[in-house]
Amino acid sequence: MSAVDIRTEEAPRHAPQPSYLQNGHTIKSWLLTGDHKRIAILYLISTGFFFFLGSIAAGAIRWQLTSPRGELMTLEVYNKMFSAHGVIMVFMFLVPTIPAVLGNFLVPIMIGARDLAFPRLNLASWYMYMVGGVLILVAMAMGGVDTGWTFYTPYSSIYSSSQVSLTLVGAFIVGFSSIFTGLNFIVTIHKMRAPGMTWDRLPLYIWSHYATSIIIILATPVVAITLLCVVLERAFRIGIFSPELGGDPVLFQHLFWFYSHPAVYIMVLPGMGIISELMSAFSRKPVFGYKFIAGSSLAIAAIGFLVWGHHMFVSSQSMYQGLVFSLLSFVVAVPSAIKVFNWTATMWKGSVRLQTPMIYALCFMGLFVVGGLTGLYLSTLATDVHLTATYFVVAHFHYVMVGGTILAYLGGLHFWWPKMTGRMYPDSWGKLSAIIIFVGFNLTFFPQFILGFLGMPRRYATYALAPQFQFYHILSTAGATVLGIGFLIPLFYLSWSLKHGPKAGKNPWGAKGLEWTVDSPPITTNFYETPIVDRPVYDYDPEEEERQFQIELDAEREMREKLAATRGGQD
Amino acid sequence: MATEAAHGHDQQWLVHHQYEDYEQQSESYIVGMWAFLVTEIMFFGALFLAYVLYRWQYQPEFYLIHKDLDWVMGGINTTVLLFSSLAVALAVRCAMLQDRKGVLGWLTVTQLCAAGFLVIKYFEWSHKYHKGVWLGEGFKWGEGVTKYAQDVSANTAQLFYSLYYCMTGLHGFHVVIGIIVIGILMRMWFKNNPLVTKDYVPTELVGLYWHFVDLVWIFLYPLFYLMPR
Repeated sequence: MSAVDIRTEEAPRHAPQPSYLQNGHTIKSWLLTGDHKRIAILYLISTGFFFFLGSIAAGAIRWQLTSPRGELMTLEVYNKMFSAHGVIMVFMFLVPTIPAVLGNFLVPIMIGARDLAFPRLNLASWYMYMVGGVLILVAMAMGGVDTGWTFYTPYSSIYSSSQVSLTLVGAFIVGFSSIFTGLNFIVTIHKMRAPGMTWDRLPLYIWSHYATSIIIILATPVVAITLLCVVLERAFRIGIFSPELGGDPVLFQHLFWFYSHPAVYIMVLPGMGIISELMSAFSRKPVFGYKFIAGSSLAIAAIGFLVWGHHMFVSSQSMYQGLVFSLLSFVVAVPSAIKVFNWTATMWKGSVRLQTPMIYALCFMGLFVVGGLTGLYLSTLATDVHLTATYFVVAHFHYVMVGGTILAYLGGLHFWWPKMTGRMYPDSWGKLSAIIIFVGFNLTFFPQFILGFLGMPRRYATYALAPQFQFYHILSTAGATVLGIGFLIPLFYLSWSLKHGPKAGKNPWGAKGLEWTVDSPPITTNFYETPIVDRPVYDYDPEEEERQFQIELDAEREMREKLAATRGGQD
Repeated sequence: MATEAAHGHDQQWLVHHQYEDYEQQSESYIVGMWAFLVTEIMFFGALFLAYVLYRWQYQPEFYLIHKDLDWVMGGINTTVLLFSSLAVALAVRCAMLQDRKGVLGWLTVTQLCAAGFLVIKYFEWSHKYHKGVWLGEGFKWGEGVTKYAQDVSANTAQLFYSLYYCMTGLHGFHVVIGIIVIGILMRMWFKNNPLVTKDYVPTELVGLYWHFVDLVWIFLYPLFYLMPR
């Protein structure tokens, strides 16, 4: 236990309170709640819904590409389909999901607070998310957008006749929901830490959410006003992005990527925070190089703001600009590499337990390394000219976003699921789904590296002139099917566990951290009394843990031998 | 200073359940407001970047076009806003001293200044609108425009005015929000709501916001009305 309450002797024992799930059963008690845990659950359901929609669009894209002529849909519908996939997955799922679901649930508990600093702002953030999401869906019902999720001008501002404005207004509003979350986290982490929870005792999960929040509040407003300008451009022809009046369409790309590149770190940093927690908890060791991992989160946040130009190596940017952005893009890979090496070192000589969350974390490591290293190909000026806007790019960022963010999210969800619901899920099913997702993912996206290298451009609905690509496309589609099945399995066993799963105690994994000292599921105020932290973070004793682990392993072996013996006796 | 006045134990009832004590709550509010103002700076920042780019690209034209703007009107507006900032600062001081009449008085002055600013802005904008100097397809350039400015191409003039309307419009929108928020705050003071009379922080937060709105104008005025050659 990392928290010892010295005041328990004076204060009377508290009568048990209902958990946050039991505290009010009406719909109103959910929709008007200020409880960060309930808002996290609202987000869990709504981001899950949007993930489902985005996946359907992805499936449609993959089926279209199984044949070189793309007979499933018209070219226009295909454009709208990949735009829908991008818009939903980026704005409605990847950006909000980890901070708004797991961050919302855990940030206050991990630092020993009763709630976030601004509970009503937190609720407002969910409503903004829903309003924005509904607008985007209405836009899709009215015909959708065909600009891709990047909304490049002047196509989006002048030529496209699809529902660009409505979609942009939706994205604008969703942007504010994420600003509210980021603002809340910054204030909470600064001001709401329990006594003794000093900065160097903060879990790395909190550090990465802090870095993420800084990116959110600095970058999101920029894209918000930029998207608004495109709406104004469509409504009034203001000319800021329009060459007709002497405006510069590339300015849009600069402003857009000034947000959207850091947004990649908004997506992946919280995931990295989860992995730090998982590596430590399932190796039963303090994280190796705590200060370096914490610092690398901040470094990623800082340097991440200075690399946006690598999206525009071929967009009329000057050569010298390209040179600097290329160099800085290499530099930003360093802190990510620091994290990966430190996670690996954390496992070394640890008592590694291969339970479901750890399997996800290991899958993350593999995929993130591939995603990160292929990023270096793209930040190299000369190779990028060849690879720009090909499937190589698609594969690269899916390795980071799906292989990184989503696997980390699933790992975190499996790790904290017993805390959120009070129930355990079947571990074997969890492992099975992780492995299916890993295999399906690689089958989907690895062939796309090859496709991109051979010259298949992204966003094309057909490849009739290069039918030799079909083999890779079919592999990819087959992989997507496996991946889809992999994503569905957790849906079933996690729902099953809600009613039938065995009850999880306070600390089913034997992990350290304040969140494992509270009830599962926690009470509405998280703690009966404000905890006082008097131990360092990740306070594992590796030698003791190893001894314990050996005992467990011996017991297991004995059991197995006994089983074999009884079976042998029966024969 | 202010926090000392607020330290008393009688303020525990003001504290929301998630906070330990009044001090933590007040600090959280203030940090939250500053963080919000950072997002606001970035929000305006993108437009300022666009301005810098096009000013750099079309400096001679922008110089000629800016003569079409009335620097006196803009100057009066600057003075009005600066005075309103002073009024808000005094209102916050009165809130610290729990001087209800003083707060209401100075906030009224602020509101009058804000309204005055918008009225002047309205005259400026409507004057331009009637000349056809407006956003969109119907943009007209030539008739009724100041002598030097006429020579500039209509397209560049339209770009200049797009920036002008977007940036002053966004600022004007913030002024309107400010008027609404100050109105709500005044109503609370008027009704003797202890949430504001016993706790100066809400008044301080509104004050911070209002200073930010003024500060944006302090940058907008010289950038649009007072260009050096």
